[in-house]
Formats: sequence, C-alpha cells, structure tokens
Amino acid sequence: MKDLLFTTISKKNRLLILGVGVFLVLVYFIPIWSISISAPQYPEGLGMHIWINQITGATPYDLKNINLLNHYIGMQEIISESIPELLFMPYVLAYLIFGALVTELYPKVGMAALGIINLVIVGIVGLFDFWRWEYNYGHNLNPDAPIIIEGMAYQPPLLGCKVMLNITACSYPSYGGMILGLSLVVLVYILWDENRRKKSNVV
Amino acid sequence: MLKKSNLILVTLGITLFTFLPNCKKGAATATLASDAASRVYVAPGEKDEVYAFLSGGFSGQMSVYGIPSARLFKIIPVFSVFPENGYGFDEETKDMLKTTHGYVPWDDSHHVEASMTDGKQDGRWMFLNANNTPRLARIDLKSFETKEILEIPNTSGNHASPFATENTEYLMAATRFSVPVPQASVPIDSFSKGGFKGTVTMVKVDKNTGRLSVELQVLVPGFNYDLSHCGKKKSHDWCFFSSYNSEQAHKMLEVGASKKDKDFILAFNWVRAKECKDQGKAYNFGGDYVNNFKEENKPAVSTRLSGVKMLNPKDCPGMMYYMPTPKSPHGTDVDSTGEYIVGGGKLASVIPVHSFSKMMEVKDKKEHHSTEIEGIPVLKYESTLAGEVKKPCLGPLHTEFDGQGYAYTSCFVSSEVVKWKLGTWEVVQHLPAYYSVGHLSIVGGSSTEPYGKYLIAMNKITKDRYLPVGMELPQSAQLYDISSGKAELLSDFPTVGEPHYSQMIPAKLIMDKTAKLFPLEENKHPYATKSENDARIVKLGNTTHIYMTAIRSHFKPDIIEARTGETLYFHVTNLEQDYDIPHGFAIGGAPNMTNLLIMPGETRTFKWVAPKPGIYPFYCTDFCSALHQEMQQYIRVSP
Repeated sequence: MKDLLFTTISKKNRLLILGVGVFLVLVYFIPIWSISISAPQYPEGLGMHIWINQITGATPYDLKNINLLNHYIGMQEIISESIPELLFMPYVLAYLIFGALVTELYPKVGMAALGIINLVIVGIVGLFDFWRWEYNYGHNLNPDAPIIIEGMAYQPPLLGCKVMLNITACSYPSYGGMILGLSLVVLVYILWDENRRKKSNVV
Repeated sequence: MLKKSNLILVTLGITLFTFLPNCKKGAATATLASDAASRVYVAPGEKDEVYAFLSGGFSGQMSVYGIPSARLFKIIPVFSVFPENGYGFDEETKDMLKTTHGYVPWDDSHHVEASMTDGKQDGRWMFLNANNTPRLARIDLKSFETKEILEIPNTSGNHASPFATENTEYLMAATRFSVPVPQASVPIDSFSKGGFKGTVTMVKVDKNTGRLSVELQVLVPGFNYDLSHCGKKKSHDWCFFSSYNSEQAHKMLEVGASKKDKDFILAFNWVRAKECKDQGKAYNFGGDYVNNFKEENKPAVSTRLSGVKMLNPKDCPGMMYYMPTPKSPHGTDVDSTGEYIVGGGKLASVIPVHSFSKMMEVKDKKEHHSTEIEGIPVLKYESTLAGEVKKPCLGPLHTEFDGQGYAYTSCFVSSEVVKWKLGTWEVVQHLPAYYSVGHLSIVGGSSTEPYGKYLIAMNKITKDRYLPVGMELPQSAQLYDISSGKAELLSDFPTVGEPHYSQMIPAKLIMDKTAKLFPLEENKHPYATKSENDARIVKLGNTTHIYMTAIRSHFKPDIIEARTGETLYFHVTNLEQDYDIPHGFAIGGAPNMTNLLIMPGETRTFKWVAPKPGIYPFYCTDFCSALHQEMQQYIRVSP
C-alpha cells in the first residue's frame, strides 16, 4: 500500500491530472448547481444558479421574481451577500487546482489519493452546507408573512424534484458540479490504473 | 367611409344583378368545408400562425388578431384615447394627440401599412393614417405601442395614406377633400373653377430609427385622391393614386362626381420628384404641422414645425401621369411582380388592369396623350391597358395578390370576393362575403413575396350573421383559406370598430422580437424611481411630485397628505421585472384622468388636483397577485 502511494504516476495519468486542474478552472465561470421551479403560472419556469462565488437567476430577472414569490410565504430574500460560504468557496477551488499543479511537480499516486480525499470532503461538507442552507430558508419563515400554511415548510430538495403547493422545484448539479464529480471519477480511475499497473509489473 | 350611405348603390346593384347573367351570385358557390372548424382551431397553449393588424376605422385604433383562430389579442390605441391604459390622458402620452388644431383625441383610421425591406415585410413597424385630422402614425412592433405621430400639412382628409415604397424609403399621403391650399375662405363653387387643390406628400422614414419627416409635397389638381399603392421591383420608383371627382363637383357628389366615364389613376415617380427637389425646383411653402415622438419609456415630445418644400408638376416633367380608369376608381393595387396596376372602379362593370411596362413605353409619346391637366399628361386608356376583367361583379373595390398569379377583388355592391387570373383576366371563383365588403387582406399580400394562405375580407355591415345587438350590428370580418385551388370560407369573426384595412404578417417574423419588459436599469424617465429606497415626496410650492414605486403587492409611499387645490403628480414606476406583471393606478373619483397601466420597468405619471377635503383611496387596477386587492392606500386632503 505504502509502495503504491509513493509510486510515480505514469505519463498518461499525469496528463489526466493536468487535465483535471485545467478543467477545474472552468468551475469559476459556470454554475455548480441549479434549482429550477415550474408552475402553471410560470410555463417558462424560473431558475436559480449557484456559482462558486454567487447566486444568480437563470435569466437576469429570475432571482428577483423568485424572491417576489417567496415573500408571500415569508421566506428570506436570497441574495449572494447573505451567504458567507460564497466568500471562501473560490479559495477552496483554488486549493484543489493548486493540488493538481503540485502533483505535476511531485507526481506520486499518494497525491492523487489526497486529491480524492479533498474532493470527497469538499463534496460532503458542501452538500451538507447546501442542505442546511435550504433547511434554514425553507423553515425560518417570517411570522408576519401574508400566507401561512400550518405545518408547511418550503425546503427545496437536495437532489431531485419536489412538489410544494403548486410549484415543482428541481435541484440538480450544473456543469460546474459535473466537472467536480468527473474530477473525482478521473482521480479514482488513476488510483485504480496505477494499482493495476503496479500489480502487473510485480507479476 | 362606404357605409350605410350606400344603400342606393345596394339597391342599384340588386337591380343590375338580374341583367348581368355572367355575374353569378356569390352565395350560390358557397362551400363551407366541413373541416373548417378544425382549420381555425388553435388548441390551448398553441400559437397562431399569423398576426393580423386591423385598422379600427372610426374607432381610431388598431387591433391585433391571431389568424387562423381570429382571436383578438390586443387593441393598440393610436389616434384615440384609451381609458383602459391611460393613453392620451397621462403626462407621457397626452402630447401624442396634439395637432395644430389642438388636442384631437380621436380619428378615422383607414389604412395600415407594414414596413418593408427589399419589398418584403420586415416586422419592424406598422403605419396608420388619420383621415380626419391629417396624421400618420408609426407603431413599433417590439412593444406594440404608438411611437410617433406626424401631422400632414396642406392637406384635408388624409385618405390615400400611408402607403410605403418598396424599401420603406417613403410613405405616401394624398388629399381626399381638396381645399384651397393654403387654406382660405373662398366661395365653395370656386372648387369647380380649379380653386381647390390636393397635395401628394412624401414622408421620409429614417431607415434605422423609423423617425418620420415631411420630405416634399406636390401640388396636384383638386380631385379626391382616394387610395394609393407603391410599385415594386421594376416599378420601384413609382406610386399610384386613384382619384375620383375629376369633375370637380362641389355639391351632391353622388351625382356630380359620377358623371364621367373615367377618372384617373395618378402615376407618380417619387424618385424623379426627389431629383427635382434636389435640383432646386421645389419652392418654400407654408404649412404648420406637429410631430409627436415618444421615446421608449419617456414622455412624448411634441414639436411644432412650419413650412415644406412644394413642387408643381409642370416644373418637374416626367414625374406625374394620369391614367384614365373607369369609373370612380377606389382601389389601386400593384401586383407582386410590380407589372400590373389594378383599378377598382366603384361604379365600373370591368376591372381595368394597367401595364407598367406599357406605361413606361408610351408615357412620353405625344400620340398616346389625350390631354394635359395642370402640367400632368393624360395618357390614353388603351395605351396603358393590359386587360380588363369583364363583368366580374358589382362595385369592385380592392385587389390583393396571392403570389400564385391570382388576384382577389372585393366587390362592395354584390358582396363577394372574386378570384381571377392575372394575364388571362378570367374570373375563376366567386366567394360570398357577408355583407358589404370593403378591403381585403392577404398575408404579405402587398409585398413582393406574398405568404398567401389566408385572406380576410373586412365588411361594413353584418346583417343576419350574428345575434342581433341593437341597431349597430357587429363589425365583422371573414377568413378564407386560399392555399388550395379553390378558396374556402373558414370563419366569421366580429371585430373592433370598423375593420377597415389590414396587414397580416407571419407570426415568426415578430413573435420572438417582442419586448417582455422595460429593463429598469435602462429606464431614463426623468421621474423614474428605481428602488423602494428612493421612493419620496417632493413638495414645490403648490405642486407635489410623488416618486412612487409599485411592486407586488404595495405602493410606496403609501400615505399621501395634500391640501385642497394642490397639484399632485404621481410618478409611478413599476419595479417588477417579470413578463406580464403590469400594475394599475387609479384614484377614487379622479376627474380628467382615467387609469394607468404601468408595464414592468415603466414610469408613468398620473396628474391629480386635490379636490375638497376628505380621504381618497388609490389602488392597483390590474389584478397583479394574490394580494392585489390589498394593493390600495390613501390620500388625505386637508383644507
């Protein structure tokens, strides 16, 4: 095991890691996650994108309109400035990209394994934080809200679709999220490939 | 225009009917396809194929229908005030209805014209004429709003208007009621002595902004210029105006103006006219007029202008020719190739078709001239004639073209549409119309590339077709499918005002370009309030400006204090940025002001003079949300 971690990564896999690093840079420019809502009165739907550093509407006006809808049920206004995670998330991503670059200079299988651990931690913490964020928005409702339905919470789904009143809300990873997921898959593949290569060398 | 006063004609028509065996009664050939209902049915959520823009006749408005469903989508106020949305009442739009005659909040709107590029509809603007107080309007098809109104000086009865040249370089306008030019009090019988004149006006359309301006006027003999259509392709340089009362009768025109066997179609070379103007052959002439322009989301600006360049036909040879046309011609229509100019003689028993090529060939050969009127050569009828459609119907008026070599002519007296073939001049079909049909419209029918498929006939009187609703029966139009060899009636539909003329445009040319909202960040209205934090009340002596915002479901500020006699301006900005969330604004009992409908991102101003002391509610009039009824607040007026 120890041997494997200190094995030098093959040229092909080094290229793959460089690819992961480069691809992760794209995450700064595309949304990670998207929540879309649709209802009969919104045939075109409304959408919200979560980026590494901001929250935007799917169109220039969607976020404003989601907030306008939400104010009837007493939901807090969703604005990027009120979400501190968005301030340090860019640095977390920078750390991951930095990791890929370091691996280029120090191409050991252990670095790839560290990358996997980092990505998994970021993923788990991120998803938990996202859930907690959704929970708070969905449950901390203004007691003076015009519309109060007893026992009703408006927590959007973490993943998948959910019907709330007459609105269907769907939550899925966006391109940025897919890149993060794909990065994890590539790293796991590299680990598996290196392990296989080592075994075949021994034999 | 041609309404109930024509009962005499109708009677005459019925009498003539029995003597015109070839003129088959339209109703006899009526075929109502059993599947007509499914061909006009547009399922919920589906969209129509075509936009139809109908002028409102004496309603002064323009209405927008979907074809084939014939559903009414919208009424666009143009020359008439519109209490529904405050057009003509509020501080932003009231100047749109200013004229040299003062504020004229109504007109008689006959002809719609679509803007064209290279002879094809481009879906940018619609133009509309005002017959009564000569004006011409530009309607923007991004917002479906009236953006500009230009008064036409030195004319009376702007009927032959606004007909566009092939590239919308110019819109033509001509005098219906000849009068002394310039205006003067003269004995009315001096009309018969040539004391009355008409003018043909070239209105320039800026090709980027659409802004309108008077380029040139031509002083023409005092006939009644009725309609116009401009040439295409080879006849690009020319526009054709029908005229009646070349007799210059001044009383009892019914008889006096129907004496001559032929009146005229005036062929006008506008390119030559511009050339003569540029050569300095036009002279400075008086004439006051007003140009009203409403920039997007800003108050209209009304500008008073004075003076035009006037040209006399004798100073510009080659510019104008008269083509004799039987008998009291009404319509003058140019086919999509630009070759045929079809005259519709209200009292004629043939449909005469002039050939543009023949006209070009003979126009300057003396042997083809019969006479000259005030410097305008009169060509011989046979010299320009391409052919005649013999005994087509009674009272042929207007002709439209389907691009397949067929023409469709409306017949007022015999209440039908006749389909005939260009070139052979043979009638191939009689289509019944109920009751008396005026204009026709084919999708793209006046462009170089008709889209065809649908034809609508716009009728004047609708006896027996609908449930009776008192003495004024529904205004109506009929929809025909002309896509196959045999045209078929698909449906009847009641319309707003008098459906006078129409332009139909394939939906795909317009639907994706329409504006959904006014972006707040681009709102440059001088009284805009772009955020609730900026909502405020500013008192300036006895005038108060209220910078108010509206958003689901409240106004801000929401409590207003005023004193009796104080003038309050409510500058309301709709902060919404969602498609179809207008907010309304009305004050209980407000005189002189109706209601405002303020579109998302728009600012409009409601002027109110505080009446006697009391509490006055103001509220949102457009159901905007679940709490729309709560969107109401109070003004307190103290002594």
